[in-house]
Amino acid sequence: MMQTLSLAPWLVATPLVGAALLLLVGRLSDRWGHWLGVLASTATFVIGLVILLDMLGVAAEDRVGVHTTASWIDVGPLQVDLGFQVDPLSMTFVMLITFVGSLIHLYSVAYMSHDRDRRRFFAYLNLFVAAMLLLVLADSYLLLFVGWEGVGLASFLLIGFWDHHLPNAVAGKKAFVMNRVGDMGLIAAMMLMLATFGGVDFATVLGSADAADQGTTTAIGLLLLLAACGKSAQLPLQAWLGDAMAGPTPVSALIHAATMVTAGVYLLVRSGPLLEAAPDAQLVIAVVGALTLLFGAIVGCAKDDIKKALAASTMSQIGYMMLAAGLGPVGYAFAIFHLLTHGFFKAGLFLGAGSVMHAMDDDVNMRRFGGLARLLPVTAITMGLGWLAILGVPPFSGFYSKDKIIEVAFVGEGWRPWVFGTVALVGAGITAYYMSRLFFMTFMGRRRWATELAGGAGRDGADGDEAPVRHPHESPWLMTLPMIVLAIGSVGLGFVLNAGDRFVHWLEPVTGHAEHHEPVLPIWLIVTLTLVLVVLGAALAFVQYAVRRVPTTPPPAPALVRAARVDLHQDDVNEGLVMLPGRVLTRSLVFADRTAVDAGWLGLAGGVGRLGGRLRSMQSGYVRQYAAMTLGGLGVIVLVIWLVSGQGAS
Amino acid sequence: MDLVNYLYLASILFALGATTVLLRRNAIVVFMGVELMLNATNLALVTFARLHGDITGQVLAFFVMVVAAAEVVVGLAIIVTIFRARRSASVDDVNLLKS
Amino acid sequence: MSGGEEVLFWTLAPLMVIAAAGLLVVRRAVHAAVCVVFVMIGLAVLYVAQEAPFLGIVQVVVYTGAVMMLFLFVLMLVGVDAADSLTETIRGQRWIGLLLGAGLAAVLLGVVAQATFPPSVGLAQANAVTNPVALARVLMQDYVVAMEVVGILLVTAALAGLVLTHRRRLGKKPTQRALAEAKVALLPTGRQLTPLPAPGVYAQNNAMDTPALDPEGRPLEHSVPRVLRIRGQQRSATELLTAEETLVQRIQLDRPAPAENGEDR
Repeated sequence: MMQTLSLAPWLVATPLVGAALLLLVGRLSDRWGHWLGVLASTATFVIGLVILLDMLGVAAEDRVGVHTTASWIDVGPLQVDLGFQVDPLSMTFVMLITFVGSLIHLYSVAYMSHDRDRRRFFAYLNLFVAAMLLLVLADSYLLLFVGWEGVGLASFLLIGFWDHHLPNAVAGKKAFVMNRVGDMGLIAAMMLMLATFGGVDFATVLGSADAADQGTTTAIGLLLLLAACGKSAQLPLQAWLGDAMAGPTPVSALIHAATMVTAGVYLLVRSGPLLEAAPDAQLVIAVVGALTLLFGAIVGCAKDDIKKALAASTMSQIGYMMLAAGLGPVGYAFAIFHLLTHGFFKAGLFLGAGSVMHAMDDDVNMRRFGGLARLLPVTAITMGLGWLAILGVPPFSGFYSKDKIIEVAFVGEGWRPWVFGTVALVGAGITAYYMSRLFFMTFMGRRRWATELAGGAGRDGADGDEAPVRHPHESPWLMTLPMIVLAIGSVGLGFVLNAGDRFVHWLEPVTGHAEHHEPVLPIWLIVTLTLVLVVLGAALAFVQYAVRRVPTTPPPAPALVRAARVDLHQDDVNEGLVMLPGRVLTRSLVFADRTAVDAGWLGLAGGVGRLGGRLRSMQSGYVRQYAAMTLGGLGVIVLVIWLVSGQGAS
Repeated sequence: MDLVNYLYLASILFALGATTVLLRRNAIVVFMGVELMLNATNLALVTFARLHGDITGQVLAFFVMVVAAAEVVVGLAIIVTIFRARRSASVDDVNLLKS
Repeated sequence: MSGGEEVLFWTLAPLMVIAAAGLLVVRRAVHAAVCVVFVMIGLAVLYVAQEAPFLGIVQVVVYTGAVMMLFLFVLMLVGVDAADSLTETIRGQRWIGLLLGAGLAAVLLGVVAQATFPPSVGLAQANAVTNPVALARVLMQDYVVAMEVVGILLVTAALAGLVLTHRRRLGKKPTQRALAEAKVALLPTGRQLTPLPAPGVYAQNNAMDTPALDPEGRPLEHSVPRVLRIRGQQRSATELLTAEETLVQRIQLDRPAPAENGEDR
């Protein structure tokens, strides 16, 4: 048994206290608040590290523990504890969140140094870390839901951090509303669990999932998928992620790439035993993952906004994870593995993008970048390493995780392995293309911007428009240090963790031992095919964006590209399918309410009012009239009593 | 003759008192009407005492008298106060509660 | 019920009803008070006749002696001058009032007539120890708490009377100088500085009701007390002047013909 189990609540409490202090002390802490935020985050990481080392010291079967702090809800048959689930899965997340989180805190100190609200930013970041840790450490779906909503809140606050700019506030609202749709799924799933299993804690629900009716488990599984789709930006709730890039870049790196958006994957993997009792739901999860994978990849190919291209890539990569999670126990470990490596290299890529923006006066249009490699060497190298990692080039970490998912996608019987495998394979090729496009457009090719020294504006106005004037410079060490650390992770993490299937065995206490299945194609063939496609994609991008001249305005393109530039019309679809009917419905309801319901009640009220107006004339103020009324009333009462008592009838 | 006649007399006096309250405008006369009604009930109480051979009726009449005395003190004081403020003893002039 | 009581009842009852009805029709509040006093004394007599001598005495002492005197005091305070006009100001109130009064009488009389009463027991047994003693025993034993409460009520009412009629001075008490200056300041509005003229003084009659005459021989209306003017009891000056002229003529007639002296006598 682990000695340090009781430290688990401090993982949540430490950043929460940091957030509370920063928010409550207010402007007084403006000068040192960001360092308090960094301290809280780092302290949390240290606590997590202590628990992790303790966990590594005990036998595999002792690594699962629940620390119950207090009873939370105690109403008759419903008992929910304030319990913390400490096991290899949650500790993986804890380490990812606190490590990457601390790095990004550090990065933000420099990145946000010119923002007058930097303290508030750190308060929100700490709040996010606390909520995310609560999410992964909760021992019941209900407590998980608290963290789930907490990260949603933090995400909302941080996307709209610069809310004086209207589109940012709108983007925050959009993310919030679309997340609520997913939350409905989680709430409904919890209701079903309560009705079926009589509890919402993992032990009860997952322990008795086999015994439940398959229809029920399928329903719960689909509802959990809905929740996961909302949080992880999967089809059909994917539209908010691109707009979420309105937030500061560190937020995009931490919340909308490395951690929060992967919460859906965590939820599904955590619910593994339940999903295994619902094969249909698993199939739907895999299909959703596969579709989102392609969707994100296609959108990523057409985006010129560096952050939105990365967001599309995130969506696509989470699609990989969902696909793996939908494949059952054989895929869980690889889903989490890819999640972990992705958390490193995608955070690194985002921080690199932030560094580029920092250099280019917050411009995000890649068509105005180019040739930055020499001016931003650290950024270029760290981003390059992240780029190779996401491409899946051996021996970078992406190779180990993504390649495993592709292999697993080819496992199975009938049509599934062929479809899923092909999608995963093609996705890898497209990923290579768009990520290379991003990298080449930014760092290679010719400069599509101008410096004052080099002759001023308009030097490379290929399309006749003026090139903007920029003064690119490398970022301060506070920003490059986290990028370097993350780049090291991008390079080595996969290899280290994959050696001897170390990570898979590490997760076995939670995900269970998966039998080894042979893919329908030989593994060497799959790996070769993947690499060939990756090289092809990268080469294509190299020719298009590094060798040829890149137009500074989007050139005319076929229909698919035009659609991809506007996110495959996702907003139009949402507006047409959901918003418009909803608006028509509410309008008609309002109309019906006004004409039928309101008119009826207002008429009644008006009638009463008019009656009152008539009766008001009785209130003459003359006491004698009142006395007459009293006397009349008395007479009536006496008469009625007399008649009722039968005296009058005799 | 029957004791009922006393009750008839009490009823008539009571009705006359009530009518006074309704018809007269001078607050003092209205108040006299109220006193008349109280006296009528006293007569009925005394008659009932005699009818049932129970002296409690007379005790109740006694209480009515005492309460009436208290009521007269307060009522007349109010009338005097109103008269001071409004220079009128007419109950119709005290209609400020209207609307 | 003895024959004597019957005679008493049928003598008193109609008079009392008439007096009570008088409350409805008399114009002066003082007359109404007299009507009520009559009814109350009649009731006292009836109480005595009904074997309630103690209540009869209390009725005279409390109602006739105290309550009605209080009424009269207040009448004096408020102004006996204002005779009630009997014209109704609230539309329909007279007919509603009469109808309701008649209806109430009908209902009450009907109830009394419909009810069946047990044979009269009489109070001979209860009054064996004399009526006041019997009354006291019930009052001081069964109703002692109510008795005390009523005592508290009376004290409270007395205090209430004091508080309600107490006039609080709102400003500083004006000095004589201030009053005089205020009067002078009001001169332009037609206010008279000097005391009002005394009414005319004539040996012939009560001079309070006749106005004084100014040097030009015109009557001064405001020399007559206000109450008499409101009551319409003042004598008009022309009437006085004619009376005076007749008197003067008579004196003049007397003077040239002293021989006819005594014709008028």
